[in-house]
Amino acid sequence: MKNLFSLKKYFLAYKKKLLWGLVFIICSNIGSVYVPILIKNSINILQSATNYETLGKYAFLIVIASLFSGVFRFLIRQSIIVVSREIEYDLRGDFWKHIQNLPMRYFSNNSTGNIMAHATNDINAVRMFIGPAVMYSIDTFIRLIIVISIMLSISTSLTIYSLLPLPVLSFLVYYVGKLIHDRFTKIQEKFSELTTKAQENYSGIRVIKSYTRESGEIESFRNLSKEYLKKNMKLVKVQALFQPILFLITGVSVIIVIWLGGTKVMRGELLLGDITALIIYLGILIWPMIAFGWVINIIQQAEASMARLNKILSEPIEIKDNEDSVETIIDLKGAIKFEDVSFRYSEIQPDVLKDINLIIPVGSTLAIMGHTGSGKSTLVNLLLRLYDVTGGNILIDGNEIKSIPLKTLRKSIGYVPQESFLFSDSLTNNISYGLDAPDLEIVKKSAAISQFEKDVVDFPEGYETIIGERGITLSGGQKQRSALARALVLNPKILILDDSFSAVDTNTEEKILTNLKEFMKNRTSVIISHRISTVKDADNIIVLKDGTIAEEGTHDELFALDGIYADIYNKQLLEKELEEYTD
Amino acid sequence: MAADKKNDDEILGKAYDARLMRRLLKYVKPYLKYVILAIVLNIIAAALGPLRPYLTKIAIDEYIRDRNYTGLSYVSIGLFAALFLQTFIQYLLTYYTQYLGQRTILDLRMELFAHTQKLALKFFDKTPIGRMVTRVTNDIESLNELFSSGIIMVFSDVFIVLWIFCFMFYLDWRLSLVTLSVLPVLFYGTFLFRKKVRENYRDVRFHLARLNSFMQERVTGISIVQIFFKQKEELKQFSSINADHRKANIESIFYYAVFYPGVELLSSAAIALIIWYGGGEIIQKHLSLGVLFAFIQYTEMFFRPIRDLSEKYNILQTAMASSERVFKLLDEDTIIPSPEAPIRKSSLSGKIDFKNVSFGYGSSNTDFVLKNLSFNIQPGKTTAIVGATGAGKTSIISLLSRFYDIQNGQILVDDIDIKEISEKDLRNNIAIVLQDVFLFSGTIRSNITMDNPAITEEQMIKAARMVGADKFIEQLPNKYDEEVKERGATLSTGQKQLISFARALAYNPQILILDEATSSIDTETEILIQSAIEKLLEGRTAIVIAHRLSTIQNADKILVLHKGELKETGNHQELLAKRGIYYKLYQLQYKNQEISNS
Repeated sequence: MKNLFSLKKYFLAYKKKLLWGLVFIICSNIGSVYVPILIKNSINILQSATNYETLGKYAFLIVIASLFSGVFRFLIRQSIIVVSREIEYDLRGDFWKHIQNLPMRYFSNNSTGNIMAHATNDINAVRMFIGPAVMYSIDTFIRLIIVISIMLSISTSLTIYSLLPLPVLSFLVYYVGKLIHDRFTKIQEKFSELTTKAQENYSGIRVIKSYTRESGEIESFRNLSKEYLKKNMKLVKVQALFQPILFLITGVSVIIVIWLGGTKVMRGELLLGDITALIIYLGILIWPMIAFGWVINIIQQAEASMARLNKILSEPIEIKDNEDSVETIIDLKGAIKFEDVSFRYSEIQPDVLKDINLIIPVGSTLAIMGHTGSGKSTLVNLLLRLYDVTGGNILIDGNEIKSIPLKTLRKSIGYVPQESFLFSDSLTNNISYGLDAPDLEIVKKSAAISQFEKDVVDFPEGYETIIGERGITLSGGQKQRSALARALVLNPKILILDDSFSAVDTNTEEKILTNLKEFMKNRTSVIISHRISTVKDADNIIVLKDGTIAEEGTHDELFALDGIYADIYNKQLLEKELEEYTD
Repeated sequence: MAADKKNDDEILGKAYDARLMRRLLKYVKPYLKYVILAIVLNIIAAALGPLRPYLTKIAIDEYIRDRNYTGLSYVSIGLFAALFLQTFIQYLLTYYTQYLGQRTILDLRMELFAHTQKLALKFFDKTPIGRMVTRVTNDIESLNELFSSGIIMVFSDVFIVLWIFCFMFYLDWRLSLVTLSVLPVLFYGTFLFRKKVRENYRDVRFHLARLNSFMQERVTGISIVQIFFKQKEELKQFSSINADHRKANIESIFYYAVFYPGVELLSSAAIALIIWYGGGEIIQKHLSLGVLFAFIQYTEMFFRPIRDLSEKYNILQTAMASSERVFKLLDEDTIIPSPEAPIRKSSLSGKIDFKNVSFGYGSSNTDFVLKNLSFNIQPGKTTAIVGATGAGKTSIISLLSRFYDIQNGQILVDDIDIKEISEKDLRNNIAIVLQDVFLFSGTIRSNITMDNPAITEEQMIKAARMVGADKFIEQLPNKYDEEVKERGATLSTGQKQLISFARALAYNPQILILDEATSSIDTETEILIQSAIEKLLEGRTAIVIAHRLSTIQNADKILVLHKGELKETGNHQELLAKRGIYYKLYQLQYKNQEISNS
């Protein structure tokens, strides 16, 4: 229960409503236990002389008592269960608030699927505890006390005998519930094996077909399916027992009342109405006893889920403003300096960047080249403070990067990622993502610079066109150009292009670069690219190799150096010739 | 918003579709005896429940009244017997109906899976893997409920209600009519409730889907959210979606909060009617106390099955939607047509001819990837294909194994059109080693033999030894039985390459197709792989998409592909002398290797 205890603050926020819920539970139970008393009395008077009027009165009272109980039962759900949904809302909100501020490190270690599972399954399990589990446990407790005391007042010995099987019932529900849970977990494991098998098969279908292993695959899929069936039937064996045994045990109680009660009636110790009432009370008790075992299982599952949620909620937000932040910095000019910067993703991993020293003056352009894995993207990620350096310092306008408020830093940088991620939303909303409110004028201006405007004209609803899963699919080049527009909208002091034109054809790229030249006056830019054509005009070019700067200089200088850069240059020249080759 | 545009997986169709149902029931047919058994058991079990109040009535009216202790004991024992029998039958019933459901979906799942194995690559190219996986797993799973609890439990509920009515009317038809007068209200109320809940459920699902896709998308694009510093705004948007979800759920609480107490109230009303009307009859001596007693118990009994019956609607609806999707895939007929009288060729000499072959992945006849391609390869010779990215190299590989059919021209193997040869024979004689090696989860053994029982232990080890994979395999704790994780995650690129070579060699194919890996590996592995490739090519007809200078230099013939057309043919020296495309390609891709190799 340690973890569930952390829900306290949520419960306290709704304590008034929950207290009312408690009152409603008591009232509702008073109404519902009164019904059998009325039935008892009416049957008992039937055995003596009576009249229609009295009967009518009882019938009327039965309906009234039931109505009374029903109204409160309605209110219980409207209070306690509603609170559970409200707490679910709060909890999910807090969860999300935390998640979206976690450092990139967290997201590279945890898959999206994993995080989603916490956000859905675990929160749901906790919700089940807050609502149904809390409601039924209080309800059960109160009902047990009231019902058993009334039953005892009717016949002590009969009550004791008939209630004997019921604790067995609770235990059974608990025990079998556990068994069911275990076996169900096994089924889920098998099911995920089955899913993995299918996934693998379809991913590797080319290999399977070329080795004509289809029949073998079908055979092994059949074996898995059969095992899955067996696991299911193992659960069925327990589950099939569950309900019949419930009915058996409660049935036994009822028969005890009829048999022993019957003899008591013959001896004149009890009236028939008493027996009826006892039987109905037993009926009322069955569900709480079942619920009792069920609730314990829910609590156990909720505890486990809450433990997982607490673990996430206690993940540190590593990168945030703190006492070192200088809040007066609300604007950047864009002079960047790297001083002996080193970085590695974790203690046990090697350095991705080593002793990087760089000066990028305001208004200049730095271009970065290098093979995959040479550390290019890491370098700009450090500039964005998605990660903190593990050695050395990054200074912007002479201020240590950690002292710059995150908001100032990131709002001053326009970043165009390698893989342009866009949201399933309208183009306007996507491009003006960095603004507080969409502004069509700025969006259009940025789209023009990005050479995206001409595409938008062809879209069904222009800038209001929805893109992504539920809308139209953009080509790779279109995505990259809209991502560029999105960055330009910010009117950034620093622009970072991380291999942003890989899917844009060279002609369009040239046009964009020409447009950018005008835009980038007095701004600092960092351009990562594989294409010489993109980088050749940069004020300074560095070539990264294994995390260090292997070559640095202008295009002409590097060309003269006849090293990695010159080699890339020659190859791209050849490629171009090949591309244009016709016979 | 285009948010109401739903894809296949979200459609909740109608609850009953006769055409789908008929097709589904076909799968139950082989298990007809279980169905009959279940129905018989159902009828018996359904009777045993209502029998007990009847026995109670006898106890009250005949024994308790007359103070017959022995009689009461007999009835009590009878009650026990009925109860135990009911428990036992109920158990059997649940077990067998579940078994029935499981067997049925196993058949359906296997049929579907086997069908997907027959589909052509063209289909896989355009269908997301996730969707296929969902079809054979979750969609089939949701049919389980229909077969196991759905169909048969409907019978069960109907029988229980019928039996209760029988007993009631047998005991007293007037009181029965009075008691059952609450039924129309119950039916109408339940109907209304179900309708509301169903609409609301759709709402809840919709908001849940929105919530999930919002989160999914933001988690995927978290870096964009953080870089643009939009956490605050995102949280606001999230809260509004979260609130919609909460609202929909709270609305559903309302319906449940009304319905359940409502049913209770109805049941109390029925009892009140019994006491008022039945009590009157008792006063007039038209009715015995035992009947009244039994009726009170019956009212408690018939509410549940009637309530349950309406729940079956949901099961039916989900099942219909799932079966629609399953059958759609089952009816998919994108397959490579088999020849009517396939020519069986257990072994091929390996002569290959491409005659004016044109091919494109689309259906139109203009976007050709390969244009009017003709060349021939002699048995036992190695042919290298070179060209820039997008030249059409990979397509040639796929065509020879007949993964796709060509639009124009002819591909011949041993002078037979590949469309005439049995697909299995054709592919069994061709081994393909692809650039990015696909390893399956299992063991090293299962990855080399591909679980083909025809490959013996010796053949497997021999193949591994020939390509030089045995050295690292022998060093693994479990050797050939070492576990391979999904996609071979625990193995290095070079090791994966070697395993895939061993796989090809173990099949001892006459024709070998090799797409050499471009990824860089350490020098030691590089040497290993180079000699492995030489072993692979020995004595076979081989087509290699070459990335290694050594492979090209050793090739008997080089085909130079440019934008889907064959531009130059010849051997290394001849082509270099031409100073054409090959010459440029050589400088671009291979020249460096010469420097690093020397």
